[in-house]
Amino acid sequence: MKVLKLFLTVIFILLFNMSPLVPIVHASGIIKIGSFLALTGPASFLGDPELKTLKMYIDQINSQGGVLGKKLELVYYDTAGHAKSAKDIVKRLIQKDRVDVIIGGSTSGTSLAVIDIVQARKIPFISLAGSIKIVQPVKKWVFKTPHTDRMAAAKIFEDMKKRHITRIALITGNGGFDKSGRAQCLDLAPRYGIKIVADESYGNADTDMTTQLTKIRATDAQAILNFGFGKAPAIVAKNVKQLGIRLPLYESHGVASKKFIALAGDAAEGIRLPAAALLVADKLPDSDPQKKVLLGYRNMYEAKYGPVSTFGGHAYDALFITVGAIRRAGCLDKAKIRDEIEKTKGFVGTGGIFNMSPEDHLGLGLDAFKMLEIRNGTWELI
Amino acid sequence: MRLAGFYLFAALVALLPVVFPDNYYVTVVGVTAFFNIMLAVGLNLLMGYAGQISLGHAAFFGIGAYVSAVTTVRYGWNPWVAMAAGLVLVWLIANLIARPILRLKGHYLAMATLGFGIIIHIVLVQADAFTGGPDGLSGIPGLVLFGWHVDSDLRWYVVAGAVMLLYVWLSLNIIDSREGRALRAVHGSEVAASTLGIDISGTKVRVFVLSALMASLTGSLFAHQQAFVSPDSFSFFFSIELVTMVVLGGLASTFGAVFGAVILTFLPEFLVVFEDFQMLIYGAILMLIMIFLPRGLFVTMADRIGPMFAGYFRQGIRET
Repeated sequence: MKVLKLFLTVIFILLFNMSPLVPIVHASGIIKIGSFLALTGPASFLGDPELKTLKMYIDQINSQGGVLGKKLELVYYDTAGHAKSAKDIVKRLIQKDRVDVIIGGSTSGTSLAVIDIVQARKIPFISLAGSIKIVQPVKKWVFKTPHTDRMAAAKIFEDMKKRHITRIALITGNGGFDKSGRAQCLDLAPRYGIKIVADESYGNADTDMTTQLTKIRATDAQAILNFGFGKAPAIVAKNVKQLGIRLPLYESHGVASKKFIALAGDAAEGIRLPAAALLVADKLPDSDPQKKVLLGYRNMYEAKYGPVSTFGGHAYDALFITVGAIRRAGCLDKAKIRDEIEKTKGFVGTGGIFNMSPEDHLGLGLDAFKMLEIRNGTWELI
Repeated sequence: MRLAGFYLFAALVALLPVVFPDNYYVTVVGVTAFFNIMLAVGLNLLMGYAGQISLGHAAFFGIGAYVSAVTTVRYGWNPWVAMAAGLVLVWLIANLIARPILRLKGHYLAMATLGFGIIIHIVLVQADAFTGGPDGLSGIPGLVLFGWHVDSDLRWYVVAGAVMLLYVWLSLNIIDSREGRALRAVHGSEVAASTLGIDISGTKVRVFVLSALMASLTGSLFAHQQAFVSPDSFSFFFSIELVTMVVLGGLASTFGAVFGAVILTFLPEFLVVFEDFQMLIYGAILMLIMIFLPRGLFVTMADRIGPMFAGYFRQGIRET
């Protein structure tokens, strides 16, 4: 039983040494940025680059003297993509850590879950998730930096219109991203004079979509639009090729990564998709105001961590919008910081040029998306 | 003195918010812990006492939560009516599936309950016209209790704490009743129990339904407290977490379930200081507990520490 006693002692020492009941004194001279990200679990590909970006730039800002003469401190926790833990974490950030602003919420679910808390506690919150529901209708304390699925759908339809495509087949997965994207497509299509002649769905873990695509082949669709992310769209692309369907295939910004091209192989050729400019930074004309910012971010990130993704870019945008707002506010008053975030104008970020207003808490226009076509295993601007 | 342990626990629950009225660990994590305790205590009746494993308990929790959420948000029902509707629906479902499912034993029972849990989760994700799909449903109204709005963390502590204590009290009393002895007899040996005149399948069904109803009510409260529900709170993994709570504290002990739920709720909160190593240490602690204390943390400790106190206290704990 000695082992048992030793074991219990260790547990108790561990538990009590952390003395959680002692409140942490709010240190002055520090600006606390709270963050809750999906660092583990299926959405960790979002949270991981976001955290790395935040850490990297906060270190950089601190080494340059901080903001208003104060150092930035990042307080972050892992939500694993769970809405319930996101709610508890945000309460913890506000109540226990007493942060000044919150940047985070890698997934739409975790961001939507905390809106009522940040609204009630009156703390500025910049979300890093895609869903348009986060900022529409506008909530006083809630902002976001990533493009919305609605913008992606609009960009795709614009391109289809140019090619005189009026009848399309829609095929989507069963995840949150897919479902939200599908809803936006169905809502927007009539405005572009586009008719959806087939509306098929698949499970994101499915390994074959030929059944759905055979049905689509039987319709008079002029193009196929696949709104999805992960590996499923690559399977759709392969199946389309295998079935010999010669229709143009459109994908969403959810597959704007090298991984998709690697997975789909030859089948990726000719696919068109909307994506943030970060992917094609070096192909942009020198006159593009974003080029400098994009290359700067990409080079710094890749020197430290390896291949860059657009998701980390959202964190970059959120951090620098916040820092700019704090500088302009000149103090740590939450209401003033909020007002200044709302007044962000002409901020050149990785996602585009942000012009926020009381009616628009995202501030990106459709031009923030570039339309790309995959040619020879890489993206080309079209 | 049978309920001495219970009174001690109740006093602790009542005193904590008085001493720390605005402490994150008390009023925020505390409420989460209460919900977990309610679920664990309910599941323990089924798993610990009747010996019937359930890997789909989160489904009943989810049905309760979603009935409350959907009917109040989409149709503007009164939260109390919604809560009752959730209970009625869960009662129906539980009765419907209990008899066929509980005829199974061991791995087969585990598979069937697991399947049920996954089916409910799929429905919550796919029926997005009602449930809001994977993005969840927000804007669930708070509860109003005789004109008293349950809107702050502290007030939720009071409500959830009271219901939780009711569950614990109920569980302690059931176990010492005739029905409770029947449950334990079924666990021990179904053949022996039936020779003593116990209605085996009736006993199992009753405890299954009760356990499901307890989860449903917890779900309704959870939905109103969170003001937001999404399917990931009711996934297969949460069912596993509930089973872990019951096993970790010690099967067939109400306070074991309470203790397991408290540990599993607070441990991750404390471990965040280890940042990247958090999950590693969390897993290691759970593993060590199960290796060295296979009967569960609480049950083993009660047996060790119990004798140090006076006889009556020991009796209080042992009988739970």
